[in-house]
Amino acid sequence: MLLSIRSLSKSFPGTKALQGVDFDLAAGEVHGLLGENGAGKSTLIKCLTGAYRRDGGEMFLQGHSINPTSTAEAQTLGIGTVYQEVNLLPNMTVAQNLTFGSEPRRFGLVDARMQSRKAREILAPYGIGIDVDRDLGAYPVAIRQIVAIARAVELSGKVLILDEPTASLDAAEVRLLFSIVGRLRDEGLGIIFVSHFLNQVFELCDRVTVLRNGRKIVTAETAQLDRLRLISHMLGRELEEAERHDRGASGQNAERREPMIRFEGLGRAGMIEPFDLSVERGEVIGLAGLLGSGRTETAQLMFGVRSAGSGTTEDAQGRVAHGSPREAIAAGFGFAPEERKADGIAAELSVRENIILALQARRGWMSRIPRAEQERLAAHYIEKLDIRTSDAEKAIGDLSGGNQQKVVLARWLAMNPRFLILDEPTRGIDVGAHAEILRLIHEITAEGMSILVISSELDELVAVCDRVIVLRDRRHVAELVGEDVSTDAIVRAIAKPDAAKVVEPA
Amino acid sequence: MGRMARRLAPQILTLAALVALVSVFFPNFINISFDGSRFVGPIIDVLKRSAPIALLAVGMTLVIATRGIDLSVGTVMAIAGAVAAWAITSGLGLPLTLALALAAGLAAGLWNGALVAIIGIQPIVATLILMTSGRGIAQLITEGRILTFSDPGFAFIGSGAVFGIPFPTVLWMATAVAFAVLMRRTALGLLIEATGVNRAASALAGVNATVILIAVYMASGLCAALAGIVTTADIRGADANNAGLWLELDAILAVVIGGNSLLGGRFSIAGSILGALIIQTINTGIVLSGFPSEYNLVIKAGLVIIILVLQSPNLSADWIYLRSVLLPRRAD
Repeated sequence: MLLSIRSLSKSFPGTKALQGVDFDLAAGEVHGLLGENGAGKSTLIKCLTGAYRRDGGEMFLQGHSINPTSTAEAQTLGIGTVYQEVNLLPNMTVAQNLTFGSEPRRFGLVDARMQSRKAREILAPYGIGIDVDRDLGAYPVAIRQIVAIARAVELSGKVLILDEPTASLDAAEVRLLFSIVGRLRDEGLGIIFVSHFLNQVFELCDRVTVLRNGRKIVTAETAQLDRLRLISHMLGRELEEAERHDRGASGQNAERREPMIRFEGLGRAGMIEPFDLSVERGEVIGLAGLLGSGRTETAQLMFGVRSAGSGTTEDAQGRVAHGSPREAIAAGFGFAPEERKADGIAAELSVRENIILALQARRGWMSRIPRAEQERLAAHYIEKLDIRTSDAEKAIGDLSGGNQQKVVLARWLAMNPRFLILDEPTRGIDVGAHAEILRLIHEITAEGMSILVISSELDELVAVCDRVIVLRDRRHVAELVGEDVSTDAIVRAIAKPDAAKVVEPA
Repeated sequence: MGRMARRLAPQILTLAALVALVSVFFPNFINISFDGSRFVGPIIDVLKRSAPIALLAVGMTLVIATRGIDLSVGTVMAIAGAVAAWAITSGLGLPLTLALALAAGLAAGLWNGALVAIIGIQPIVATLILMTSGRGIAQLITEGRILTFSDPGFAFIGSGAVFGIPFPTVLWMATAVAFAVLMRRTALGLLIEATGVNRAASALAGVNATVILIAVYMASGLCAALAGIVTTADIRGADANNAGLWLELDAILAVVIGGNSLLGGRFSIAGSILGALIIQTINTGIVLSGFPSEYNLVIKAGLVIIILVLQSPNLSADWIYLRSVLLPRRAD
């Protein structure tokens, strides 16, 4: 074995992140590392790359016991890592990035010509003809990813760890990356591939290891695993039907529900063309479209993050003002934004404080929610949404992505809004939490709340939505209702507006 | 209360160690006596002289909690002092004098807050404007002179005593307690911390982050005005050039020594107050210990570096490691 890990253990205050994990990596294999968020994947990788010091267990590289204490040391040993967010310097040239730390020198000065030549040599096998003297930042993420891989292979050359490398790549870029990974495997590198995308894991990996709650569950040849088995290994239970929900429960109620809020001609130049949208009580509306099609912009105008250039909004009582988040909240709106870390959570504050934040802001600073009431609310939602945290006082930043998302949901549920906007509610969270959030969407609409879901995952929209609005080029181009909602129809509407019913002006 | 004591343990230990250290050089340091009308002694002196830094540190704590910084507080002290001296010498009476001085501090805070929260200038730059230009304003008010006065009521604020305790001490303690209670009994503390940790997320959750930001700068201006009033009353004159000079840096240092992060978020006013006492103990202690005055700044710098290194979070992991290495050996 190229790399062997024996009963690796690592604890953090309050959690055992890894307990007696064994892991083997052969030369010339791609080994998938799978698990829900919080399963211990990143801890395992950080122990391997020296970012963490392990508590117990042993690691052998080519039979020699290793004990890296820094990523630099791990690199020298032969273990290179490429992260999802490429950790190179975008304001330096490709050549400088590739030779960083080992620049060719002449008379003590960096030899730029030699540097470029060396960089071209390093990149030659990767078959990407790029100008190595341009800034790295000038190239798309996929190219930067490949440069990072080339650098890691050049420096380390035995084990290559790819941590969610495909998360921000499109299909063609994924193909390019896979062909490169395939070639490196054939050259005898051991490659650890961490990904949420099961399709890619099945396509690329020779073997997979599944972690759950800090323990190794199974290592198996990919060919001998089917998808359902793999998922049930990851979740530790048979997959619930939640993901394949039929919309029967909410969608097929024969009578149209009462309209609640009507947006008319809402728009803003440069963001989104004016659109009409009527929201009914208890319905789930989906927004589908490619990145940049105006989905998030639609949500931002509705919630007053950006003020609308045109349009009026009315409910049964008359005009509704939603020119700022505070006004929108006063009007009974809620918004869980796409960038959870940047716009959703206050990472340093506790789960309790994050849950009550919006409620407290609405009550005003003078009338503090009594501590006992805060704790009751937090306990209630931690139980109701099954938020996995050791206690309500834990900093939310220490929770996994799915649980952070649930806390943001709890924050809005505590407000009891009538219209809740969820922008990519399941992005970057694991399969289990994913299903739970979809189930929650069903539950809360049953109580009369209306929800607008923005998602890139069409399956998800099909699973939960009564209606799907399709956007293209900053315009609402089609609306699919009830039976017509299918991934197929959405894709066709995105591609070709005539294939679906065009939105009629209200 | 237990949690708070644990949080503040490093600061309390540091202060105790400093008092012990000074006592080695100056054994009478902790002696307190009662001279018939008031308590006297070096410790009482420290408690009195720490008033400006402690007052500034209270406001600075809130500003830093929002991930900001207020460099103008020393200047605002000078402005408030100048306004107070001008008002009292113009015969406006004590209540109006105090009101005008405090209003000057609030106005300065409003200016800073508007630059930061509405115009979006970085706090360090926004408050630098007033820090440098404000002394000019103070000089205009005093017409370039040191404006002296002899109003006994005003002088009491600087040198009077209540139940034997110097009035400045009473004032900073009352201010600190008032702010601490205001922060924790209302939701202001949470809203300030949330704004400091993530302004965008807080705004989306309906927190009026703009108003919160302006409010903390105004609170800082108010505290600076109080400090300016105390300083002016103490020397019975307003010195536009020197009042509060460089004190903003001591105030920031007090907040940091108090264990508050310059990156905003969680804050402790009690920690900052302990930080202010630590700084003043060093200041007074160096003088009392009889070192030549030219050594003062160097010794202070050395002590501050030692304190900050000991408190550094990077080291605390090493302490734990060191203890785990040393303790088993002791068991042998």
